[in-house]
Amino acid sequence: MAGDPTASDTPWLDTDAEPMVRVRGVTKKFGDDIIAVNNIDLDIYKGELFCLLGGSGCGKTTLLRMLAGFETPTAGTILIDGADMSTVPPYERPTNMMFQSYALFPHMSVEKNIAFGLKQDKMPGDEIDHKVHEILKLVELQDYKKRKPQQLSGGQRQRVALARALVKEPKLLLLDEPLGALDKKLREQTQFELANIQEQVGITFVVVTHDQEEAMTLSSRIAVMDAGELAQIGTPTEIYEFPESRFVADFIGSANILEGRITENSPDHVRVDTNLGEIYIDHGQSVKENSRVWIAIRPEKIKLSKTAPRKGKSTTNQAEGKVDDIGYLGNTSIYKVRLNDGLIVDVTAPNQVRPKSRSHQITWEDTVYLSWDPSSAMLLQK
Amino acid sequence: MSDTTQDMATQPADSQSSLFRQLARRIQSRWRSIILFVPYAWLLIFFLLPFFIVAKISLAEIVIASPPFSNMIEWTDEGVMNIRLVFDNFIYILTDNLYYRTYLNSLKISIISTIACLLIGYPMAYGIVRSGPVAKRLLLFAVILPFWTSFLLRVYAWMGLLADRGTINNLLISLGIIDEPIRMLYTEFAVYIGIVYTYLPFMILPLYANMERLDNTLNEAAADLGSRPMNTFFKVTLPLTIPGIVAGSLLVFIPATGEYVIPDLLGGGNVLMIGRLLFNEFSANTDWPVASAVAIILLVLLVLPMTIYQYFQGKAAEGQ
Amino acid sequence: MYGKRSTFLSVMLAFGLAFFYIPMILLVIYSFNYSKLVPVWGGWSLRWYEVLFQSEEVWNAVALSLKIALVNATFATILGTLAGLAMVRFGRFKGRTLFGGMLVAPLVMPEVITGLSLLVLFITLKQLIGWPAERGFTTITIAHITFSLAYVAVIVQARLTGMGQTLEEAALDLGAKPFKVLTAITLPRLAPGMISGWLLAFTLSLDDLVIASFVTGPGANTLPILIFSRIRLGLRPDINALATIIILFVAVCVALAALLMFYQQKRQELDQKIANQGDA
Repeated sequence: MAGDPTASDTPWLDTDAEPMVRVRGVTKKFGDDIIAVNNIDLDIYKGELFCLLGGSGCGKTTLLRMLAGFETPTAGTILIDGADMSTVPPYERPTNMMFQSYALFPHMSVEKNIAFGLKQDKMPGDEIDHKVHEILKLVELQDYKKRKPQQLSGGQRQRVALARALVKEPKLLLLDEPLGALDKKLREQTQFELANIQEQVGITFVVVTHDQEEAMTLSSRIAVMDAGELAQIGTPTEIYEFPESRFVADFIGSANILEGRITENSPDHVRVDTNLGEIYIDHGQSVKENSRVWIAIRPEKIKLSKTAPRKGKSTTNQAEGKVDDIGYLGNTSIYKVRLNDGLIVDVTAPNQVRPKSRSHQITWEDTVYLSWDPSSAMLLQK
Repeated sequence: MSDTTQDMATQPADSQSSLFRQLARRIQSRWRSIILFVPYAWLLIFFLLPFFIVAKISLAEIVIASPPFSNMIEWTDEGVMNIRLVFDNFIYILTDNLYYRTYLNSLKISIISTIACLLIGYPMAYGIVRSGPVAKRLLLFAVILPFWTSFLLRVYAWMGLLADRGTINNLLISLGIIDEPIRMLYTEFAVYIGIVYTYLPFMILPLYANMERLDNTLNEAAADLGSRPMNTFFKVTLPLTIPGIVAGSLLVFIPATGEYVIPDLLGGGNVLMIGRLLFNEFSANTDWPVASAVAIILLVLLVLPMTIYQYFQGKAAEGQ
Repeated sequence: MYGKRSTFLSVMLAFGLAFFYIPMILLVIYSFNYSKLVPVWGGWSLRWYEVLFQSEEVWNAVALSLKIALVNATFATILGTLAGLAMVRFGRFKGRTLFGGMLVAPLVMPEVITGLSLLVLFITLKQLIGWPAERGFTTITIAHITFSLAYVAVIVQARLTGMGQTLEEAALDLGAKPFKVLTAITLPRLAPGMISGWLLAFTLSLDDLVIASFVTGPGANTLPILIFSRIRLGLRPDINALATIIILFVAVCVALAALLMFYQQKRQELDQKIANQGDA
């Protein structure tokens, strides 16, 4: 996904590439005072699996529905493959949607549901049969074509909904919480299936989800949305490792966020004064001296030990505290460490060995030492 | 009652309270049966039993007495029970031209009225469903409101509109569209108007309930797959509202077939409908066995639609 | 939003509402007509209200109708609630199908058949046991209870099904005996349904002409019977006045009900607001 940065894998870096979807200054108001989407600019390129990620009410679904044509923007333009979509009704758009509720027609069989869209295009009957057959093979539902939606399991319904939207070979496939109605185990499995299918058919996918894990596994790029605005656009790695704001840092994964003040600002490093003491960051950032900033440190990036690390180097970040609480999650444990001034820091550590004796294990009220790499702390200006 | 009082008076205090406790326990264990028994018995006596009596009378002969029908079961002198069934009444009704025509006319009128209600009620129900939340409430209120006002007076209102010198004729004459009043009251047309007017809410409400449950995303999905609004209506909405159409149609059709007041007030003596015939036959106190047979045949005619209605209601209840 | 109300639907709605309300509005307007001939306008007047109020016959009919409606609504609510409870909460019992059938049948039974069969029943009973000695208040009330209880049962059943059984189970779990659960949990929660059932039964009784006509005896005229006997012969301005009073009465009741619903909703919204503050 975010692997080898060849031109075809990362079309967004290619300045000449023509985007499949171009969203410019799009705003959507409901009534006078509810602004669901606020002045969004967005380019989505051919073959991408693009995720709109955000909490409920952040405007992601509204944006998707504007792409599908169910809502018209209050302001701004949407171009799909170069064509302005402002006046094009849903039934004439080169997009298809997979609905969160799947919206399968309850009075039609699986086969009829899938053929519905093709019939609207006045496609000849044998061609429809052929396409339906092919797509059923793709989603592995050949044996269920005569069934009604009510007679299918959740996972099967999800695949019918996908097949119905895919079979029309749209330029853009819109998926509204495609895995939202599945249980956790099935969801994890289907994530990979969905990505595989997308790769096979090569259609541009736009996925709306509130599940950050889903967004991370699926997408080529993610747009994080907050209160109708774009918080950040980037590859999963960029979003996770280089969040641009406290909101993104906190929304994707978890983070210890501290307020601080810049004390030293050099081209190759920055020092920030925080409640945790002075924090050293080994890369330069364009910030003003003495300005207010925030530091985010991911819990898994902090090392935890019962013995004090060697002191001396000014580039080592460390702190001392007592274990306040421990949450055992199986593969990892989460430690709530209370520092001397009362601040609580979350630290996660893998459980690499089975606990046998209590002696070398960290437990409640133990004094522990925290340390982290100079590259781990993320400096945020908003 | 007096026994209990005596018993209780002679009992010591603690066993008295144990008696109460016993009584309470008995009610505790019996209350389910009591809850069920009272309405069950009521319906058996006042709803089911009468039908058997009507059925019995329909098989009796007319006699000049009060009530004017013969006993079906007679005890002969030897103490042997003698049951006499007479099917003459049914044969008479089914061969008599008047009854036969009246049944057919009732069916014709109620079928046409049902279709008219459907044609007017369907778009109205759909319009209500498609309205904003406030408008939806107000419109529903507006549809239900006439139901709470007197049925009789709503029919009466149309007498004033349709009469020879009524509002409509007066208006048309004063506008110079017609010179002579058009005869509308006491015609079949007036009966149609009356039935549609009174029973339209019964069509709209089940349709509304059905449509309201429909998932709007199905319409969106159809549009998304390239279906134009008209096509979506016929391929998606209409098939999914069939339960509402059936329920509404039966709620209009069944009472309309047996309707008495509307043909009497708006049709005068000119419109043959079975409910009116039945009522008049009974109140004129002429031939009860024949009238009972008329009722039985009407019931038989309506059993099928009533069963269909119950079946659909049951299915709807399961669906929820 | 996609799928708004189209012009066609709006026109049909407007047409339908006009169809519903224009006749009633005209009915009200003509009640203030001085002329004896209803459709001929003779100037504004309250003359027919005076005629109406002076008619003892009308007052008697109103009194009888109200008496029947009150007794009917009360008994029908009790019986209908019991029946609804039995249908929804008693699981399977002997004769459930028959019971369910008898509960639904009155809803769809043509009035002429119900009326006729009850009349026949009353006559047969009188022959056999000498009761009811004469037809009137008692027989009409019994007839009304019989079909009203079915309507109440439908409402109660719907509400019971909608309520679910969790609260009852919670009460049982906390040690309440089944009868206590019924009186302390189920019935109070059922109260709104019972009230709407009572109102419906009351209205149905006030509105019924056909069944009452069958089972009434000489001299016992309910209001619908009285109205019917008068308008059968043609238009009568005093009936317009009566209709106006009834429409006004219903309108006021409905407005009150709407207001009550509005305040309940406001209160719920307020509760929600307070609850939300608890989270913040």
